[in-house]
Amino acid sequence: MMEFGYYPGCALHGSSNDYEQSVQACLKPLGVGLKELDDWLCCGATAAHTLNHMLAVSLPARNLALAERDGFADVFAPCPMCSMELIKVNRALDGNPELRKRVSEIVELPVEGKTQILNLIQVFQKIGVDQIRAAVKKPLSHVKAACYYGCLLTRPPDTLQFDDPEHPRSMETVLEALGASTVAWNYATECCGAGLTMAREELVCELSHRILTNAAAHGANCLVVACPMCHTNLDMKQADIDRRYGVHHDMVVYYLSDLVGMALGVDETELGVNKHFVVRQAGQPLESGATQTAEMQ
Amino acid sequence: MPRLGVQAFSAIERQSWITMDHEESMGSAFAATSVENCYQCGKCTAGCPASDEMDFMPNQILRLVQTDDVDRAMRSRAIWLCVSCLTCTTRCPQSVDCAGVMDVLREMAAEQKTVPADVQRVLVFQRAFLDNIRRHGRTNEVELIMQFKTLGFLKDRNIRLLMKDALLAPKLMQRGKFHLRGESVRDRAVVRRIFDRCMPNAGKARMAAADEGSGSEEAV
Repeated sequence: MMEFGYYPGCALHGSSNDYEQSVQACLKPLGVGLKELDDWLCCGATAAHTLNHMLAVSLPARNLALAERDGFADVFAPCPMCSMELIKVNRALDGNPELRKRVSEIVELPVEGKTQILNLIQVFQKIGVDQIRAAVKKPLSHVKAACYYGCLLTRPPDTLQFDDPEHPRSMETVLEALGASTVAWNYATECCGAGLTMAREELVCELSHRILTNAAAHGANCLVVACPMCHTNLDMKQADIDRRYGVHHDMVVYYLSDLVGMALGVDETELGVNKHFVVRQAGQPLESGATQTAEMQ
Repeated sequence: MPRLGVQAFSAIERQSWITMDHEESMGSAFAATSVENCYQCGKCTAGCPASDEMDFMPNQILRLVQTDDVDRAMRSRAIWLCVSCLTCTTRCPQSVDCAGVMDVLREMAAEQKTVPADVQRVLVFQRAFLDNIRRHGRTNEVELIMQFKTLGFLKDRNIRLLMKDALLAPKLMQRGKFHLRGESVRDRAVVRRIFDRCMPNAGKARMAAADEGSGSEEAV
């Protein structure tokens, strides 16, 4: 059995707990266990790097130190905001003894910056896309997905060294192994507004509206994300967006782990898909986005 | 050509920790991100999802910093509309860390109270967020939203914004996504100490957020 250290982050223990449920339910049949980092702290997210750069280093560093103390070689952080912050600090610490010394004093634990941090797609890559393909029980031939990477899965590329920041394909590769088809579209790496959901709602609605519109215009019948904030903005806020723009997107937004789980035969309720805001009736196939194209163009 | 991103990041940290003098550390931070390498191609602005609403485009912010007009950059609305998506930093042909510059400017603007009134809500939210982590080690969504709404209301007296998401609560409850009491870490004392070391004035942050309004007038 494969085991990874697990850094859930605040969102997955808050209103995005359906993402945690999905991740755990889909990894179980693949024989992957997750061991939660003991007494982890918030990574500081946008607030820390906006207001205090020392905090933006120290909060992730404390978590990296906990992972090192407890002997985790790999830590899975399903939220790209968390994983990016952790990796950024990892890289800053590596090769900078002066910074390591200073940060270790601040966080009260020695920290080297040696832990490998994995996002959701990287976890699937570690398991092996061929292994996943072999485990598929219900091929997703009805799914035409627009893979939405957003910002921090691939950016900043120098730091993350994961996939192409302009034309990523890693999510498509996983979905194609599940028998799903994917669409080529324009908004795969555009921002949804992320952490400004509360403070600049109109901007978030505008950006998310563009993403939903473009996905439908290219024939997608669902959006696939690997980020709790993207999911919140595109799914939870979708009714708000519909009202604001006088449209009816009716676009289902899945976490990548939802679709992996569904293809492996895991029940949708077990994956937490029923907790999304835009849902299909159980058993009802996804419709083509083509019907929406005309009215939304 | 200097590679930025990671290196610039650590350079910023190093500089500001070694030189405790505030002015000097901020100056060094800009030097570390090699703002002078920007040749104004505008690629940052072309890709910026928030540029529609900005008073200065991202390339103009860089120009202001280049020409030593940091003060105007710091007083802009643009830096608070930046969503930190890193598209600018990623696409810059000269490897200028534009998003990193936005961070430094925001940190300066918050400290020097030069945040324009109509973007104060962004600062209020970020402060409430940090305050939340300081107390619990993790974000407590309900508490964070209440604090943000209250402080935001005290600032702009906008009742619509105060009430807006109230209808969301039952829908979140129905889905088991509403946690009245969020999680806290066991070792909250260490969180406090980390905050105290990084931001000695953190305890005053809440108060500061409340009296920020007076600072905003002079910002315009």
